[in-house]
Amino acid sequence: METSSVLWNLFSVFLTGLSYFAILAFGVGLIGKLIGYIRTPMPWPEVVTPAPETEGGAVLRVIGDVLIFPNLFKADRLLWVGAWVFHVALAAILFRHLRYFTYPVPGIVLYMETVALLFGYLFGLAILFLLWRRLALPRSLYISNLPDYFALALLGAIAGTGILVSYWLHVNIVDVKAFMLGLLTLNPVEPPKHPLFLLHYFLVITLLIYFPSSKLLHAGGVFLSPSRNQPYQIQKPGKRYVNPWDKAGGTSFTGD
Amino acid sequence: MPKFDENPIIKDPAIEGVLNPPILREHASVKVRSWPSKPKDTLAIDLPTERVPDWQEKAIAKFGELLDKNKALRIYMDICVRCGACADKCQFYLGTGDPQNFPVARAELMRQVYRRYFTPAGKLPAEVGGWAEFDEAMLEKWYTYFYQCSECRRCSVFCPYGIDTAEITMAAREIMCSIGVSTKYVTEVVAKVYEQGNNLGIPPAAWKDNCEFLEEEMLAERGKPIRYPVDEVGADVLLVPPSADNFANVDTMIGYGILFHYLGIRWTTSTYCNEGGNFGLFLNYQNLKKVNRRIIDAARMLKVKTIIWGECGHAWRGAVMTPTLSGSMDMFNPNYPYHISQFMVDMLRKGAFQGRLDKSANDEYLVTYHDPCNPARAGQLLDEPRELLRACVNRFVEMPAKTIREKTYCCGAGGGLLTDELMPIRMAGGKPRALAVKYTGANFLATICAICKAQLPESMHYWDVPVKVGGVIDLFTKALIL
Repeated sequence: METSSVLWNLFSVFLTGLSYFAILAFGVGLIGKLIGYIRTPMPWPEVVTPAPETEGGAVLRVIGDVLIFPNLFKADRLLWVGAWVFHVALAAILFRHLRYFTYPVPGIVLYMETVALLFGYLFGLAILFLLWRRLALPRSLYISNLPDYFALALLGAIAGTGILVSYWLHVNIVDVKAFMLGLLTLNPVEPPKHPLFLLHYFLVITLLIYFPSSKLLHAGGVFLSPSRNQPYQIQKPGKRYVNPWDKAGGTSFTGD
Repeated sequence: MPKFDENPIIKDPAIEGVLNPPILREHASVKVRSWPSKPKDTLAIDLPTERVPDWQEKAIAKFGELLDKNKALRIYMDICVRCGACADKCQFYLGTGDPQNFPVARAELMRQVYRRYFTPAGKLPAEVGGWAEFDEAMLEKWYTYFYQCSECRRCSVFCPYGIDTAEITMAAREIMCSIGVSTKYVTEVVAKVYEQGNNLGIPPAAWKDNCEFLEEEMLAERGKPIRYPVDEVGADVLLVPPSADNFANVDTMIGYGILFHYLGIRWTTSTYCNEGGNFGLFLNYQNLKKVNRRIIDAARMLKVKTIIWGECGHAWRGAVMTPTLSGSMDMFNPNYPYHISQFMVDMLRKGAFQGRLDKSANDEYLVTYHDPCNPARAGQLLDEPRELLRACVNRFVEMPAKTIREKTYCCGAGGGLLTDELMPIRMAGGKPRALAVKYTGANFLATICAICKAQLPESMHYWDVPVKVGGVIDLFTKALIL
């Protein structure tokens, strides 16, 4: 066997192992973090008012936070536009990636063909905007740290390489799909021999590993923020808020 | 001329009552610091009297304990993306230009330490991981800037994830006081509560004297036997006012008496607990709970049916926590925290004041309303005070929409900042509110918080806003025909 093919096989095995490691690190890390959040008690009512007074209302408030960022809209319109475009484009791109993981591919994913590139560009533009904002506005520059730039750079590089391999320096989609389905069905095959695709893929793996110990956790935390997901029920009968780690202190006055 | 350092304060004007974010002035307010606590006070409230040995390890251990006990803290340490939406929302940044007063920068002081000791990032180089050691310099920053936060929660209203800096400030202060680092003002106030029953340290005898004096004065002024009962066992209502109402904001105290006289309700105050304002909020859980419990104890001692909280902002935040901190309120009616404004609105809607409110009694005033932070952002009390004001004054005006309701600015002295040595930060933090009031042209600033009522006259004077400050109930009972 030629040296190059030995090396390639070694690399193949390495990348496959790294892929499983990344999926595991992402899954275990994220679930561990979320379980940590959920299991940690909130000792007192922490809702920021005006707030809904029913559980349903609180759920709607959180859904609103996730979908349309109302607080950010109140705070900074320009940033709201940038952030919203960024997240919608990201969601669309992730959805579009289903075509590499599913067989048969859902119809709606195929129909996205015509607008997929648009979302790619929007995502890239939004990243450039967010980066510009961090550097150009003195207040943002002051609070930005290396992890902030790293997250933007990483996502930007993923977007750039992604657009390139999809629309310019085409990677063979059949190879990509075989590789992905192989990983998913635990019958790994060799990855496509396309340097730019491999770079794209490697960056995604980096993102997966980095995710659970980064600020990207806001994706999970936004669902669990006590100031937003608690209903205001201080004056509702039968809805006394009990501190889970100080119940004794909280029950000493229930009658004599 | 003011007797304090004015350098931390930015003087640029507001546009239509609203301030634009000022230029950044690093370290502008770094020298404005509270006096450290005195051993006699910390001893009285069960805190270390001086810096404990191994304070760094103990602080980190305490930090870990709080992360396990407080969901908000745990989540808010992780999820901030430093988008900067909050940066220009804090009155202490708007007044000083000090970027360390961005809510995000304030919280980062704690997050940097969190990353060092509780996350994998702490193993990377500091710059890469975005962390910092909890050393003397960091402790100094904590002490300075976590006591330039009034726990007002305004930033939370603008944060896409609702990150509440008040929770972070409370945790930082709890960690600090556990290693023997706390402020004279806050510890002194809590110690006074245990000693005299209230924040101002008014002894029971003086409290009774004040109340008797008010009764005489009311008889002379309004010709009615309006009573200010103290420690009356079996009264219907225990009123828990801020103690300042019987000392500085006497018009508010007078108002309670007139209101209950008019409604024919037997009420009382308690010398065991004549204070709603809970400074445990600015210190630690243990004292928060201990102070809160005095209210329920007093109500049981006096065998009252109803507890009503007076016009006090932090009291209302404490009140909201009462069923959590001190147990079920099922032996009272209502069996939940009940605010004097809610009580008055309930009576108003029942028609108790039908035809008996002479709005013209307040015609000398153009009135505007200042939402105190805690009623607005922690206690759902936004409409009640306005409904009361509209019922008792003819001339009411709102401040600019960006500065009221849940977007209200702190008066500048909440959260344990109402002390003379912090005057520069108080006047700076009071600026957005003062300039919004100025814009309305109002000559009466109504509010329902004792700290606001102490701070606002000073900040209004400093920012040259000719306005009288008083309670909602002051105006309401002035208009009430007995």
